[in-house]
Amino acid sequence: MTDVTAAALEQAAARGPIGASPGRARLRELGFKALLLSCLGASMLLLGTLLVTIGADGLSRVSLDFITEYPSIVADKAGIWPALLGTLWLMAVCAGFIIPVGVATAIYLEEYADSSRWYNRAIEVNIQNLAAVPSIVYGILGLAFLVRGPLSLGNVVLAGGLTLGLLVLPVVIIAGREAIRAVPPSIREGSMALGATQWQTIWRQVLPAAIPGVATGVILALSRAIGETAPLIMVGAAVFVTSEPDLMSRFSALPIQIFDWISRPSNDVNDYAALAAGGIVVLMILLLGMNAVAIWLRNRYEQKW
Amino acid sequence: MAKQMTEPHRQHQRDTERPPRHSPSETSLDVGSAVLEGRPRHGTRSGRKAIFELEGVDVAYSGKTAVRNITFDVAENEITALIGPSGCGKSTLLRCLNRMNDLVPGATVEGRIEYHGQDLYGASVDPVEVRKRIGMVFQKPNPFPKSIYDNIAFGPRVLGMKGDMDQLVEAALRRAALWDDVKDRLKDNAFGMSGGQQQRLCIARALATGPDVILMDEPCSALDPISTGKIEDLMMELRESYAIVIVTHNMQQAARVSDMTAFFTVELEDEGASRTGRVVEFDETEKIFTNPADPRTEAYVTGKVG
Repeated sequence: MTDVTAAALEQAAARGPIGASPGRARLRELGFKALLLSCLGASMLLLGTLLVTIGADGLSRVSLDFITEYPSIVADKAGIWPALLGTLWLMAVCAGFIIPVGVATAIYLEEYADSSRWYNRAIEVNIQNLAAVPSIVYGILGLAFLVRGPLSLGNVVLAGGLTLGLLVLPVVIIAGREAIRAVPPSIREGSMALGATQWQTIWRQVLPAAIPGVATGVILALSRAIGETAPLIMVGAAVFVTSEPDLMSRFSALPIQIFDWISRPSNDVNDYAALAAGGIVVLMILLLGMNAVAIWLRNRYEQKW
Repeated sequence: MAKQMTEPHRQHQRDTERPPRHSPSETSLDVGSAVLEGRPRHGTRSGRKAIFELEGVDVAYSGKTAVRNITFDVAENEITALIGPSGCGKSTLLRCLNRMNDLVPGATVEGRIEYHGQDLYGASVDPVEVRKRIGMVFQKPNPFPKSIYDNIAFGPRVLGMKGDMDQLVEAALRRAALWDDVKDRLKDNAFGMSGGQQQRLCIARALATGPDVILMDEPCSALDPISTGKIEDLMMELRESYAIVIVTHNMQQAARVSDMTAFFTVELEDEGASRTGRVVEFDETEKIFTNPADPRTEAYVTGKVG
C-alpha cells in the first residue's frame, strides 16, 4: 500500500458516519424549489384567469349565427364570418409561402452551405435576429413593399398573408434546420454509399425523416401568425367587410375584428365587449386546435434514432 | 490462441477448392453507364484478378497527411482485412475506395487507386457512379427509417433499375441470409429488427445494386458474438461472388475470415503533432498471423502492443 492510499483511507475513516445534511444547505434547496413552484403557479394562475374571464364573457355569445353572420352595428346581430374567412385565407397564403421558402432555406443552410464562408454565417446570424424583430416592423415592410411600392398589391389578402409569412419565416427556418439536423449523418452516408446523389439523398431520405419536425415548426409558426394584429393594421386590414374575401380582395381578420369591437364603447343595448370575448373564444379554439395537431404530429411520427 | 492460429490455415485450404469467379450476381441490372469500363492489368499475389490496385496512395485532410504511401491489391473472391491500432487510417483508406472521402471537406487523395484497371480518381470519373458499383457497410447498422422492403429497394430505385422489384428484393435478402427471417414482415419498419439483423439488412441493401466489391468498416463492432458469427458466415458465403475489404479491430476476426491482411501502423511525426498511417506488411493472412516478416506486425498480432 502506498502512502497516498493509506492517507486517503485514514481521512475516510475520520469522517464518521453519514448524517443529515447541514441545515442551511437543505433550507436553500427548499427555498429554490419553492421559488420555481411559485413561478409556475403565477403563470398558471394568469392563464386560468384569462380562460375563465373570456369563457364567462364570451361563451354565451358563441353560436352558429355568431360564426356565420356578417358584422353589424347592432351587436346582437353581429357575426365574425368575413373575419374568420379572412383569417383562414391569410393562413393559407402564409403556409403556401413559408413551407417552400422556409424548408428550402433550411435545406440550403444545413446540407449545402459551407459554414466557413462569411456570407453563410452572416445569413445564419441574420435569421436568428429576424426572429426577434417586432411584428410592427414587418407590417411597415409589408406596407412599403407589398401593399405599395414595388409590388403594389393593395390592401388585399395576398399582401396580408405574405406579410405574416415574412414575420414567421425565421421560426420555420430555425425549426426546419433543427429537424434536418436531427437526421443522423449515418443515414446520409448509407444513402450516398448506394450511389444516390446528394439531391436524391435529401429528397428521399433526409426530408421524409425530417417532415414531422418541419410540420410541427410550420404549425407553431402559423399559430403565432394567426394572433398577429399589428402588421395587419399596418397593411390596411378592414374592420367592416360585408362580402366573403378572396385572394385579391380586401379583408378582415379575427384579431382585427376583436380589436375593433373591444375599442368601441359598450352599453346595455350594444355589448361589443361580449362580442370581442366571443371572437377571442373562436380564435383560441382555432389556436388550441392547431397546437393539438402539432403535438399529435410530433408524437405520432417522431423518429427515434 | 492456438485455435485462432489454425483457423486461417483451414480456410486457406478451402481456397483451392473454391470455384473460379462467376458473374457477381444474376439479379444485377444494368446501371447504364460506361464510365468505369476497365481493362484488368495483371494478377495479384494470389493469382486472382485484381479488383483494386493501390499504388503509393496518400490521403490528407486539409493538408495533414492521414495515411501515406499505401500499396496493395484487392483480388476478386477474396476477403482482404485491414488491421492495425486505432487512428492508423484503415477506415480513411477504405473510404477512398468508393470515394466516400470526397464528402469530407478538405480531403485529398494522391497516388493511384485503380478499379478494374481504371483510375478511380480520373478526371472523368463521377464519384456517384463509383458508389453505384461498390457496396459499403458501416460500423453501426444504419437502416433507413422505412420498411424492410423499401430499405432494399432504395438503391435499385435511385439507380433507375428496371425489372421486377419484388424479385430483386427477395434475391438480395436471400443472399444476405435474411429472407427466412423477414419474408413475413417486409412491410415492417427496419428499426424493429435486432442489431445483427439490421446489419445483415445493410449488407443486403448493398448487394441489391449489384456491386462486385463490398467494403465493410468494422461491421461487427456494434454486435454481440452470435450476430458477429452470422455476419462472418455470411462473408464467407459472399466471397464466392464478391471481393470483400473489411476493416476490423478484432484480430481474431481478421484471422478467421480473411485471405489477405494488410497491417497498418501509426507513425508519430513532428514529435507527436501529426499521426500518419502506413502499411507495414501486406501478405496472406496465414503468414501475417503465423510468420510475419516485420517485428512490428508480430508484436501487434501476438498482443504485445496495440
